[in-house]
Amino acid sequence: MTVPDDLRYTQEHEWVAIDGTSATVGITDHAQQALGDVVFVSAPAPGTKVTAGEPCGEVESTKSVSDLYSPVDGEVTEVNGEVDENPGVVNADPYGAGWLFKVATSGGAPSGLLSAADYTELTKET
Amino acid sequence: MTDPQSPLRPTPLAAVHERLGAKLTGFAGWLMPLRYRSETAEHQAVRTAAGIFDLSHMGEIMVTGPDAAAALDYALVGQPSALAPGRARYTMICAPDGGIIDDLIVYRLAADEFLVVANAANTAAVFAELAERATGPNADVTDRTADYALIAVQGPRAARILTPLTSADLGEVRYYASYPATVAGHDVLLARTGYTGEDGFELFTRPDDAEPVWDAVASAGAPDGLIPAGLAARDTLRLEAAMPLYGNELGPDVTPFDAGLGRVVKLGKPADFVGRAALARRAEAAPERVLVGLVGRSRRIPRHGYEVLRGGSPCGTVTSGAPSPTLGKPIAMAYLKPDAASTAEPDGGGAGLAFNIRGSAEPADLVQLPFYRRPT
Repeated sequence: MTVPDDLRYTQEHEWVAIDGTSATVGITDHAQQALGDVVFVSAPAPGTKVTAGEPCGEVESTKSVSDLYSPVDGEVTEVNGEVDENPGVVNADPYGAGWLFKVATSGGAPSGLLSAADYTELTKET
Repeated sequence: MTDPQSPLRPTPLAAVHERLGAKLTGFAGWLMPLRYRSETAEHQAVRTAAGIFDLSHMGEIMVTGPDAAAALDYALVGQPSALAPGRARYTMICAPDGGIIDDLIVYRLAADEFLVVANAANTAAVFAELAERATGPNADVTDRTADYALIAVQGPRAARILTPLTSADLGEVRYYASYPATVAGHDVLLARTGYTGEDGFELFTRPDDAEPVWDAVASAGAPDGLIPAGLAARDTLRLEAAMPLYGNELGPDVTPFDAGLGRVVKLGKPADFVGRAALARRAEAAPERVLVGLVGRSRRIPRHGYEVLRGGSPCGTVTSGAPSPTLGKPIAMAYLKPDAASTAEPDGGGAGLAFNIRGSAEPADLVQLPFYRRPT
């Protein structure tokens, strides 16, 4: 199970990559392993306002449905069309090609996010 | 009901699942492999090559003695006395009100020896009912679950993979036949039965023989594409084949007729049997609900318990729903009110059926069951 050092994480098993005022969001390797084969992602559409810690979509797998939470406040700018075509990319490459949506943020440091080390600890407990 | 505090029971293949890195789950009190890698890949392997399954959680109840056949004719809705030795039949055990206690496969091993295979969750209840119904000294009912492991090999290549490993002449083993045989030198009861809609075999072994039999089949089958498959794939495979699952399509408030399985009720058999009067009435009555197949048009998945809507109003309930790897669309079985089932046209015509998926109406089309039939 991989937990890249250069990302931040939520307790609900999303990762976020922050580059200035642009944040990219996906689900973690731990999450995709727990879910099994992802069959459909309902991500928030471009233009949607999202709030950190609030559910903004769903990830469906064969056996379950999980809420997708936004790690940051802002407005959705882009949704990954590849995931729509091929939901399995979320399992195959959760931190790369399996990204889910991008958010334009205000640029301030978001609070409540976990470091890779803290997220690794969290996954050991679950 | 399993005590949630008691530990899950490992099967005789627990070490194999650990070695393979299976994701395990609790099921009816047993620790079972849910999947090994990808349940979609496992499903597709069974459809195109072969899969090997641990089904040791299933219950095995032996009914023996000169009155065993008569006892089973009374206890079950079918007619096991009409089976020739070496033959098996899908059947059910019902309550006096006609409600289903379990669905079963009964294997006639000899004139006076029957193996009744029950669902894991119902084994204790089935055993208790059989013991109570098989009164008299000439029929013995014994729960032999602990004496068996069960390995299924399912898929179009299953026969080819097993042939070099077994003493049985698989070309002579008809569908729903069972024989004592050996596999990889170990004694098994070999049956041409399964729950996937593909050709395949179920191997009843001694617990200590399960691991060597599994390993022999897995290594012999790997070049042909055989992979281990877990309960998640088992569920999507049986759903595509429209095979019912107890707890979903079948239950104590469902009769075999409701589930479209009235054929298992042998009202013509001379013996009286438990549930006869209620089932005879039900056979003549208009159905209160009909089990149908539905295919979703969107990609959201209908799930057990979700409403089915017709023109926006509830007309039924999903019993089982999942993505279908073979169809590439979500599929579901559902009980609908009879008028909704009959007037909604198959494959996209009229009547506007939809799944209520967490508050959103997702259109669906009625289809004839099964969703998938293996090529012949």
